[in-house]
Amino acid sequence: MKKILLLTLSGILALTLLTGCGKKGVEGSVATDGSTSMEKVIGSLGESFTGENKDVKFTYNPTGSGSGITAVSEDRCDIGLSSRNLKDEEKNKGLEETVLALDGIAIIVSPDNDVKDLSTEDIAKIYKGEITNWKDVGGKDAEIVVIGREAGSGTRDGFESITKTENSCKYRQELTSTGDVITTVAGNPDAIGYASLASVNKNVKTLKVNGVNPSEKTVKDGSYVIQRPFVIVTKTDKKLSKAAQAFFDYITSKDASEIISKAGAVPVK
Amino acid sequence: MKNKKNLFENSIHAIFLILGLITVASVILISLYLIFAGLPAISKIGLKEFLFGSEWASTREDPKFGILPFILTSVYGTSGAIVIGVPIGFFTAVYLAKEARPAVKRVTISAVNLLAGIPSVVYGLVGMLVLVPAIRKAFGIPDGAGLLAAILVLTVMILPSIIKVSLTSLEAVPKEYEDGSLALGASPTETYFRISVPAAKSGITASIVLGVGRGIGEAMAVMMVSGNAPNMPALFRSVRFLTTAVASEMSYSSGLQRQALFSIALVLFLFIMMINAILNYFMKKDKVD
Repeated sequence: MKKILLLTLSGILALTLLTGCGKKGVEGSVATDGSTSMEKVIGSLGESFTGENKDVKFTYNPTGSGSGITAVSEDRCDIGLSSRNLKDEEKNKGLEETVLALDGIAIIVSPDNDVKDLSTEDIAKIYKGEITNWKDVGGKDAEIVVIGREAGSGTRDGFESITKTENSCKYRQELTSTGDVITTVAGNPDAIGYASLASVNKNVKTLKVNGVNPSEKTVKDGSYVIQRPFVIVTKTDKKLSKAAQAFFDYITSKDASEIISKAGAVPVK
Repeated sequence: MKNKKNLFENSIHAIFLILGLITVASVILISLYLIFAGLPAISKIGLKEFLFGSEWASTREDPKFGILPFILTSVYGTSGAIVIGVPIGFFTAVYLAKEARPAVKRVTISAVNLLAGIPSVVYGLVGMLVLVPAIRKAFGIPDGAGLLAAILVLTVMILPSIIKVSLTSLEAVPKEYEDGSLALGASPTETYFRISVPAAKSGITASIVLGVGRGIGEAMAVMMVSGNAPNMPALFRSVRFLTTAVASEMSYSSGLQRQALFSIALVLFLFIMMINAILNYFMKKDKVD
């Protein structure tokens, strides 16, 4: 009896191993790989897509924008996910980008902080270490604790290129996930940080930037300036598999907009 | 019949041999991989600039790959944890081995075992939510994450290995030694510190080396409390350890940056090898004694 049970169990295990591969090229599988910031968006899109197409196997590998782009160019997945625009050198390698959605990067502080509004210049100065005290931007007399993400992160890349602070940010802490940034900022009344608008929760306060509150509307019309694109990356010289093409058409269609905005990002269509 | 038995014995031997070789093969594979993955970046950057460069800016247009801040942070952080942790651990072990009542001893030892079993991410989480804000308030500084927080977390994390190994070697001291000392009129405390502790000397040293190894290799917990900015170490400054330097940038790295991370891992590996060699030396000495 035990033996049979063992055999069945190992059989099931072996099967799950096989299906877990999600090899590309096989009929009915879509493999996506890339940006961790896009997890929510691509996850809900994948879920609703496989809900409608029961025979399609959908996989998402959260590795980061850079890795996702490399994965597409090396044929390790069907569709790459990037939370930044492609660089020219990447486009020259035969990759193509399609903007799926926009994501605002919220500037967050502790709820105890009195500051409500910062200009882009002030934010840049704070991150470059030129403004180091909250009283210089209308807050109380306390040193500003600058929190950011680790080198290579899509959010950091987006934030630094929008505020033009590349390579000159003086971080007090470099944390490795959006959740860490939010937790740390929530726990320190003098901290400032940035995080994807979709992930921000009630434990922190989002600041207005140049007088504009970050929201779906202001991100879409461009009045909230600290925003970045969610991009899907494909190869120009290679046709997608049937299933991948169907998925691509689905997520770029108007029907997908509602799912994207439910997942916290701003659809472009 | 005999042949059949031989075949059975031989095949069992072969299986054990293969299983044993898997361990050896893993070590060799990892070492070779680290060396081959780690050397290219060092040769590109230059050994001196890599080991003694004081600036790390891996994604800048003209990138800098100096890991001196990480090396010093790892050394300072681990030494700090040893300086605080060894006295606590050592005296705990002496107390448990010689003074404690059986009930107290049982409870304390199971608490120590439990401490050893807590996953490091839990240490990190508690450190992040409790210790870091507490340091910020206690010292009136803008942010509590930094070297001090990391040292305190590491101290707690290395305590179990120090206590357990010291305790074992203290309990292995022959009772006759202590009886002799007591019979000559020495007080119990004199006996413990003049007779038992010297007799268990190499085991206690081994426990400290083990603690150093645990401290220098820890990544997750320190990453959550140390702030992770690549600064030169200072008690209240945000710092990055060798381990966290690899862990924090690995997921998004590419090109020379990724190779340099492998080189950091190689340096860390050499540190650990050195510590293991020292540990082996004391373990052997223990046996000779």
